[in-house]
Amino acid sequence: MGSFFDLVVGTVTQGLIYALLSLGVYITYRILDFPDLTVDGSFPLGAAVAAVLLTRGVSPYLTLIVAMAVGALAGLVTGVIHVKLGVRDLLAGIITMTGLFSINLQIAGSNLAVDRATDTIFTAAPTMALFGAMPLIYRKLVVSLILAVVFKLILDAYFSTQSGLLLRAVGDNSTLVTTLAKDKGSVKILGLVISNTLVALSGAVVCHEQRAFNSTMGTGQVVFGLATVIIGTTLFKNLGFVKGTTAVIIGSILYKACIQVAISLGLPANLLKLITAVLFLIILVLGNRRKSGVNANA
Amino acid sequence: MLELRDIVKIYNPGTITEMCLFQGFNLTVADGDFLSIVGSNGSGKTSLLNIICGSIPVEGGQVLINGEDITKMKEYRRYGRIGRVYQNPAMGSCPNLTLLENLSLADNKGRPFGLKKGINKARREYYREQLAALGLGLEDKLEVKMGALSGGQRQAAALIMATLTPIDFLILDEHTAALDPKTAETIMELTDKVIREKKLTAIMVTHNLRYAVEYGNRLIMMDKGQIVLEKAGAEKEATTVADVLHIFNEISIECGN
Repeated sequence: MGSFFDLVVGTVTQGLIYALLSLGVYITYRILDFPDLTVDGSFPLGAAVAAVLLTRGVSPYLTLIVAMAVGALAGLVTGVIHVKLGVRDLLAGIITMTGLFSINLQIAGSNLAVDRATDTIFTAAPTMALFGAMPLIYRKLVVSLILAVVFKLILDAYFSTQSGLLLRAVGDNSTLVTTLAKDKGSVKILGLVISNTLVALSGAVVCHEQRAFNSTMGTGQVVFGLATVIIGTTLFKNLGFVKGTTAVIIGSILYKACIQVAISLGLPANLLKLITAVLFLIILVLGNRRKSGVNANA
Repeated sequence: MLELRDIVKIYNPGTITEMCLFQGFNLTVADGDFLSIVGSNGSGKTSLLNIICGSIPVEGGQVLINGEDITKMKEYRRYGRIGRVYQNPAMGSCPNLTLLENLSLADNKGRPFGLKKGINKARREYYREQLAALGLGLEDKLEVKMGALSGGQRQAAALIMATLTPIDFLILDEHTAALDPKTAETIMELTDKVIREKKLTAIMVTHNLRYAVEYGNRLIMMDKGQIVLEKAGAEKEATTVADVLHIFNEISIECGN
């Protein structure tokens, strides 16, 4: 029974770490109505930056901040390609994602492991001072929970500001933003920057957790993000008091749980992406309600 | 004052479908004017509004506001002094935001959108007053999502939103065309009231000849990119729907409609 409980804790921890990515995708897909494929590149980008900095002995907390800054830059690149160069939303993301694959390898050199002696955010002194009494598995859970909740609350607060309101407006009816004498392109770029900041943070935390960077770890992360956003928002669409950000975090945990169940039932690891794709299709069809705004995105 | 000088507008230039709409078009709208524009489909009414707002580029000529050349100014910058209400009531607001959030956005036009609270609670009473004056019961729907309101309610809110901050020009782009006759009448009366109270300069494109005749102090009819009829002041007061309809029909017969 003990191992089952550990498995649950581990799955929830995974769900919470990846929830940061889901929050990022929530901004682009749900709020901006922009299917952003940059994620498949910016997620491993965060991991690559964190891995390199960790192995060089940089403070684990600082690695997260640097990863976020670099992720923001990736979002900026996609935004500029889309808005300033007039490339379609999907293609702009694909271009950045493709370029990032090489950049990630340049940053990390190759697949990179962080050895046991190196401190991560789960083992560094300040974390130990607070949660040192717990076994590592619970410490990971608590730290991940704190990260997910803190960033959820920051996002919630941001959405209620003037800038946040304008961001929500641009996905809903970009014409209105223009008549408010605001450049809708700049608002979109801002949204992509915030989104990829969170995605790269998620990648960095995954790197801390796994103590590794893998050049292919980004594959399928967009699909994961979209699936969790759709699961979360569809499940809670009739419960007005559940905020979108909360719904997305729960969606992420549920999704990781589904995958974990499939693996526990003996599903070969090679079939994982196929199951992911099928699961995503089912979710997409069941929750078929791409949001009904005044759509002017292409 | 708004001036269009020698405007040239060519659609699809350099292609087989090239179509020259305006060839040296001129129009001056003085401060305080309420100009109605009528004309058949394709006569250039909406293109005219789009040229004023910068939604489409021009191939020649100048657009001036109070003597300042804004021909090269980006569309979103022009809206700093222009308010616009569209034909489609959905265009004037965000369906997934509440009425209060929509009004708050509109209220902040012309100022930076920073990290201050998006909704200024102190303005709530003011919004309620503005909405109550419409007589549509919108003052009790501040927390309702815009998408849940009717077309007429959304258009009324769009009108309030477009005129909430000080603007030089109000552009009305067939803004009653998508509404039922009774609601259209209500919105038209509201429009006239808002224009009078806020002393706005307005340009209204409409297919409703009666509105064009009844409201405003100037009327022009357009055909194939040219002004074919212009009435202003006392002359406009004396104009009847029958007069306008007569000319309208003559043009239509010439075109074979």
